[in-house]
Amino acid sequence: MAESYRRSQWSHGLFILPYLCFFLVLLVFPLFWGMWLSLHKADLFGPGRFVGLTNYTRVLADPVFLQALRNTIIFVAVSVPALVVIGLFLALALNRTTRATSFFRGLFFSSSVLSVTIVTLIWRFVFIPGDGLLAVLFKQVGLTPISFLSTSGWSLFSVGAATVWWCIGLPMMLFLAALQQVPQDLYEAAALDNASGWRVLTRITLPSIARTIVLVTIIQIVLQFQLFGQAQLMTNGGPSGTSRPLVMYIYEVGFVRWDIGRGAAASQILFLIILVAAMAQYIVSSRKTEA
Amino acid sequence: MREPEVTYKPESLTASRPLLWGAAVLSLIMMAPVAWLVGLSIKSNQDLMMGTDSVFRFPYTLVNYLNILHSSQVFGWLLNSVIVATGHTLGVLVLSSLAGYGFARLEFPFRRTVFVIVLFGLAVPEQAVIIARHQMFSWLNLHNTYLGLMLPGFSSAFGVFLMTQFFRAIPKDIDEAALLDNASQFRIFWKIMLPLTLPAQATLGIFTFLGAWNDYWWPLISATRKEMYTLTIGIASSQTNFAQSEGLGFLAAQAVFASLPAIIVYLIFQRHIVTAVSGGAVK
Repeated sequence: MAESYRRSQWSHGLFILPYLCFFLVLLVFPLFWGMWLSLHKADLFGPGRFVGLTNYTRVLADPVFLQALRNTIIFVAVSVPALVVIGLFLALALNRTTRATSFFRGLFFSSSVLSVTIVTLIWRFVFIPGDGLLAVLFKQVGLTPISFLSTSGWSLFSVGAATVWWCIGLPMMLFLAALQQVPQDLYEAAALDNASGWRVLTRITLPSIARTIVLVTIIQIVLQFQLFGQAQLMTNGGPSGTSRPLVMYIYEVGFVRWDIGRGAAASQILFLIILVAAMAQYIVSSRKTEA
Repeated sequence: MREPEVTYKPESLTASRPLLWGAAVLSLIMMAPVAWLVGLSIKSNQDLMMGTDSVFRFPYTLVNYLNILHSSQVFGWLLNSVIVATGHTLGVLVLSSLAGYGFARLEFPFRRTVFVIVLFGLAVPEQAVIIARHQMFSWLNLHNTYLGLMLPGFSSAFGVFLMTQFFRAIPKDIDEAALLDNASQFRIFWKIMLPLTLPAQATLGIFTFLGAWNDYWWPLISATRKEMYTLTIGIASSQTNFAQSEGLGFLAAQAVFASLPAIIVYLIFQRHIVTAVSGGAVK
């Protein structure tokens, strides 16, 4: 009886059939349809003339795209290290179980459950020129308030500050989980040697969680490359495009100017970038045993 | 087995007092913007017009919150969000449980191949498919409908992956015993296996719900009629006329109000969420 149950049967596939339908129709088909669209002059109603790689060459030659690419890279280069370093710091600080630390953990993760709309609203109240929290604080200490969101050079960093505030929970939790896995006997040996806290950190703790540090970094690169809502809602990409990220470029080309073919081409380029990072994540996470 | 004689706490080497103070300082940065938001929300718009530093002074008022009660729009958006997020979550739970059971415990032709293809789905970001999806939904006239807002979430491979892992962890002899009683495959799934995965259902359910509740891009382009907005999109749309008409106090009260559902879910399920995040992801 149990034998027939283990035997391969087509009818067993019925369990995965419902999901598979949605998967094929809503993920696989749009993926290839998007690629097809990117090779056409397309609008809202469907693909028109076949244009080969023209959309791609036009996107890659578009100064707005290149600026968005540069903005995104700067954003990732600033926000990801901040998330990793602060997340690691918090994990080290909160790596014990007391009432206070579990409160702090809960607090630092709480912002992650908010929607991008709420987060940006909160941070716009902080940044409003003249009336924001920062402006009020600046005035208290006699400084001239800065218009953070409308000054190029500040706008992207303001978006970054809100993003770090929003996303810090996940890296902290992942690091905390990794710290729990560090073998106790390493610490015991260190205690016998009377090693200083700093030496324990640099010789034992950090090397033991090196793989997690790499993983968290890659996960955050993938996530932060997809920056969209924060920039759109806080600065609308401005001033003069200095905080417009790649995804916002796709949104504007595809859903505001309705140049579907070009938007699809830009989204394939982004997909390629993310795919490379995701593959790196897969390679790192499949090398399990090394510590 | 060797029992260490000294009860030794490895944490004490990493979590020292200065680090904890550092975390306390960061927690102030964490809370200050929220305190500011709440402060603004309990000031009348007239007071705020005179200068927002009036937040630090009396009088305070709940008039902004009362005004939310009068604006029917926000409640309509709230209802939309509840419908969409609930439907999205139920759909994901049903589809992922069935598929997870199939992949983990049954054998059928091409099982491995199909599973690997589904896993590739994990690597496809929303941006890569959203333009084509939007076009498909236009053809099918699904924009500005609840179904149209829920459906894209059903294709997510994450739930299938998670449920497959959970079903795999259940010992084999449990369903083999049931098979001896001649139970049908679906009965075994429904009566025996599914109850065992309740913790996993809860985890997947909470995360799917929060994700759907907070989803931004898809409802932004799919729900273009104001009465079909989800709460997330509705609040975003009232942000565009920031610092005018309705006033800062009202906007702040709206933000506090709109964040409550997610915060409540978080407070209720905090332990569950924390275990899931720290347990699942690093393996």
